[in-house]
Amino acid sequence: MSQKPVTQVAGFDVVLEAAPGPEDDVARVAYTAAAVELLRELWRRHGPLMFHQSGGCCDGSAPMCFPAGEFRTGGADVLMGTAELSDDDGSVLGPLELWISREQFNAWKHTALVIDAVKGRGSGFSLEAPTGQRFLTRSQLCAT
Amino acid sequence: MTVYAQPGQADSPATFKSRYEHFIGGKWVAPVKGEYFEDITPVTGKAFAEVARGTAEDIEAALDAAWAAAPSWNATTPAERAVLLNKIADRMEENLEAIAVAETWDNGKPVRETLAADIPLAIDHFRYFAGAIRAQEGRLSQIDEDTVAYHFHEPLGVVGQIIPWNFPILMGVWKLAPALAAGNCVVLKPAEQTPASILFLIELLEDLIPAGVVNVVNGFGAEAGKPLASNPRIRKIAFTGETTTGRLIMQYASENIIPVTLELGGKSPNIFFDDIAQEKDAFYDKALEGFALFGLNQGEVCTCPSRALVQKGMYDEFVAEGVERVKKMVQGNPLDTNTMVGAQASTDQLEKILSYLDIGKQEGAKALIGGERMELDGDLSGGYYVQPTIFEGDNTMRIFQEEIFGPVLSLTSFTDFDEAISVANDTLYGLGAGVWSRNGTTAYRAGRAIQAGRVWVNNYHNYPAHAAFGGYKSSGIGRENHLMMLDHYQQTKNLLVSYSQNAMGLF
Repeated sequence: MSQKPVTQVAGFDVVLEAAPGPEDDVARVAYTAAAVELLRELWRRHGPLMFHQSGGCCDGSAPMCFPAGEFRTGGADVLMGTAELSDDDGSVLGPLELWISREQFNAWKHTALVIDAVKGRGSGFSLEAPTGQRFLTRSQLCAT
Repeated sequence: MTVYAQPGQADSPATFKSRYEHFIGGKWVAPVKGEYFEDITPVTGKAFAEVARGTAEDIEAALDAAWAAAPSWNATTPAERAVLLNKIADRMEENLEAIAVAETWDNGKPVRETLAADIPLAIDHFRYFAGAIRAQEGRLSQIDEDTVAYHFHEPLGVVGQIIPWNFPILMGVWKLAPALAAGNCVVLKPAEQTPASILFLIELLEDLIPAGVVNVVNGFGAEAGKPLASNPRIRKIAFTGETTTGRLIMQYASENIIPVTLELGGKSPNIFFDDIAQEKDAFYDKALEGFALFGLNQGEVCTCPSRALVQKGMYDEFVAEGVERVKKMVQGNPLDTNTMVGAQASTDQLEKILSYLDIGKQEGAKALIGGERMELDGDLSGGYYVQPTIFEGDNTMRIFQEEIFGPVLSLTSFTDFDEAISVANDTLYGLGAGVWSRNGTTAYRAGRAIQAGRVWVNNYHNYPAHAAFGGYKSSGIGRENHLMMLDHYQQTKNLLVSYSQNAMGLF
């Protein structure tokens, strides 16, 4: 990784922080080095990406990664954060949005999310499943 | 008591093939792109079979096969369909032990559950829908003396079904049985965490099922699930899983204007009223078991009673005894019939549960028992095990708001009826709930006030066919496990017939 950790969140090497969405003034989304590395790989293969944070059963609570625009967000969703993803060489890949349903945001808004990548299979239609890795949401209490 | 040999060992009742292809048009068909992925048993964390990695091309082949079979299968009589469903049930019953061991190996759940619940319920489900379709009648309405509206049930044609990994066979059967009974052909995609046990079952059934009526394509969601769910050649899509994928599937369905049924989980409250402790009798013991039922299937149940609400008058005493009950849960080798709590289904599921144990502690929840990963010895040391855990806290915590899908109970207290209902309903979901009381009026009123599709009163985790199952709120759309599911797999044809000889007199 060319980027150095910018923050230490619960022991995770966060290398990318997202700016808060328009309805929020708390920076509550960050990405670990493992997540960024996987995102770069997926971006090269699939083009611009987005996340929608899932809830419910089975693979609920997983951050689902889609081609940007594949999942249609609307008034029932909240944009939690936008990160500027860059490639290994520092070249800009583009903005990476993370969305969540509004009702779930209300239940989660006292926490910040660290998107990590771990070994696994995943499910749903998230793009990383075939890679043998899985995005995972880790959470931390917000000061606010 | 029995400890079954692992599949692959000589004396195991179940033997998996080393490689599974797709089941399309009654044949085993290699994936078009020639790729396979490993199926890992969570019992040991080791791969045991290769499974075809399906893509859009395989989905199209399956849809070709299904539509080729549709003209004849859609036209079968209810009696003919019932015969097939009953034959499937009989064949499963003859092979119950093998299927149960295979399911345990793929999913990690204790074999005592697959032997006594998953597979027997699946068998009964086929028989239930065999009976239901025979008994189904169309309706007619007499509009006036000479005009009659006839309503006929017709199959939709070909439907898509995406199956979860927590009950790979039972959830598959919950969807297959009504679809077949209603006369549809099916393209089914199992979960990529548990792709093999359904194919193990199909191997046992393949000589019974007419070619193309049931087609199974495995693969990853983005590669095989999306081409199925978004396909203009399916007439309906059924999905069990989580909310983001559920919404995405609805978005695809909206493009094709097809119906969906969705079961997206819950965060089910289990309410224990003070009167339970009036006596330390059999009912008190039953309620304690109800408290501990969050451990069933390692908590990987959409209706896991993962929020316990215990009334303050008996709280200390009841919870102390509840913790003792949980301490007695036997965790270990899923193939041992003594084991009560087995392995979580996958490594990412394990990681997710551990992340929730972490946030629970950060939020100040107090672990009354458990709270950590469980390390087992020997060849189970690579498996995915979590200690049964009880967190005491309050309903605003994340561990009270999201389904952890692990053996983790979030426990809180309440003062009176109104507070119990308020806390119970303070959730995005409404799939299951439990109410425990000796007072029939209290139980009835609580049951009616809780916004959930299934409220168990003085029991929990029973899933008999002929009791409708489905969610309120963000838990989904549709009712499975009941003949009303037939409506979700049928068109209504209305013939509006005039027996009058006379013109309307308009022109």
